[in-house]
Amino acid sequence: MSSVRVLAGTKKGAFILSSDGKRDKWEVSGPHFGGWEIYHVKGSPVNPDRIYASQTSGWFGQVMQRSNDGGKTWETVGNKYTYDGVPGTHQWYDGTPHPWEFKRVWHLEPSLTDAETVYAGVEDAALFESTDGGTSWTELSGLRKHDSGPHWQPGAGGMCLHTIVLDPTNKERMYIAISAAGAFRSDDRGETWKPINKGLVSDLMPNPTGEVGHCVHRIAIHPSRPDTLFMQKHWHVMRSDNAGDQWEKVSGNLPTDFGFCIDVHAHEPETIYVVPIQSDSLHFPIDGALQVYRSRTGGNEWEALTKGLPQKDCYVNVLRDAMAVDRMDECGIYFGTTGGQVYCSPDGGDTWNAIRHDLPPVLSVEVQTLP
Amino acid sequence: MMEGAPAQASSVHRVRVVLPYHLRNLARVGSEIELEIAGTVTVRTVVDAVEARYPMLEGTIRDHVTKERRPFLRFFACQEDLSHDSPDAELPGEVAEGKEPLLIVGAIAGG
Repeated sequence: MSSVRVLAGTKKGAFILSSDGKRDKWEVSGPHFGGWEIYHVKGSPVNPDRIYASQTSGWFGQVMQRSNDGGKTWETVGNKYTYDGVPGTHQWYDGTPHPWEFKRVWHLEPSLTDAETVYAGVEDAALFESTDGGTSWTELSGLRKHDSGPHWQPGAGGMCLHTIVLDPTNKERMYIAISAAGAFRSDDRGETWKPINKGLVSDLMPNPTGEVGHCVHRIAIHPSRPDTLFMQKHWHVMRSDNAGDQWEKVSGNLPTDFGFCIDVHAHEPETIYVVPIQSDSLHFPIDGALQVYRSRTGGNEWEALTKGLPQKDCYVNVLRDAMAVDRMDECGIYFGTTGGQVYCSPDGGDTWNAIRHDLPPVLSVEVQTLP
Repeated sequence: MMEGAPAQASSVHRVRVVLPYHLRNLARVGSEIELEIAGTVTVRTVVDAVEARYPMLEGTIRDHVTKERRPFLRFFACQEDLSHDSPDAELPGEVAEGKEPLLIVGAIAGG
């Protein structure tokens, strides 16, 4: 492995940041699609030059972009996301039925085995699949048609399907998460789905331990232990060691367990990272000090990582898709902020550098480790 | 149909269309495009022609399925806002004759 490519989606375009294995000098290209909200940019693990980008706008709706040369040039592909059959209704904020309406693509998850296959998580919550490189999209409607679907309700950011996790050892198994319906698992390639929210507690819900209704913010796994899931819920950091069948809280000594992002070290499956955010009312770090927390024990015992991060007057947020790890021998950790910084730690979190600042608010960060 | 507009049904028209900044970039065109429209010139036939020539614009001006105008876009021509007219209403003769463009405008909205 000799270089890395960071794919940053922002509120006003996409940026591509490239560096060699030292990760101390960066070349930046962009903005790509300037002026558009780029919710997510992600490359295919099969062909890293194949990159997909979700481009969206309140004026012009959804556009999907595809690159075949690592982000140097782009072409538009299919942007037609039609729900299967009569979409029916979910619950609106006030509990009344509200028709399913497509708004945007939040998350793109390229297949682990086929560069032409990619999944899209959309708002209003649904999962789409393309097997022709994004040209056409078909809903995997078993998810939305789950018996609980009419009871799903949007979170503050909309009813978005924002997390898609593919099991690297089992092509049949995938996980998704929806705000604010919760987490679901499929064991038949997306045909049927089961809610996997046992052990989650959401105190302000009418039924705090309900089968659905939990505001899951993000799920991450390590490829070597696909049955172990880590979750940043609205409040609470959780883990499951049985593919989501049961969750336990591992917030431990975190100063607050509200947050959005969570990720796992590339080579240490019990080393995980979160960015604690003061509360769901404040959406910025405690005391204006930006701190990543690392647990080397899969949760419960956490240490603050602060070297190189602003420790005063910092009032940014780190959104759910805005943290990623590379696969270099010394694992690099990356995150982007709503203040337009992209930080890199080339040493597993011990020290941090702002590899870019003054970008538009960062919505997503992905990293590709290139040969 | 606009009062005094010429009958258009049997003619082929060269219609000028001005796209908003972001759609120009998406279609990789300049500020104005020219399209050939056979028959009656309406918002529907013009947007049909735009989408046929520039398929990357499908879904960005109107909904893929319902064909309804996206809420933050407007259609202007000859100093008139035609956005709320029927998409099948005949556009002014000046547009059909290529003297005036149909303007597709992004609403000035947001903060």
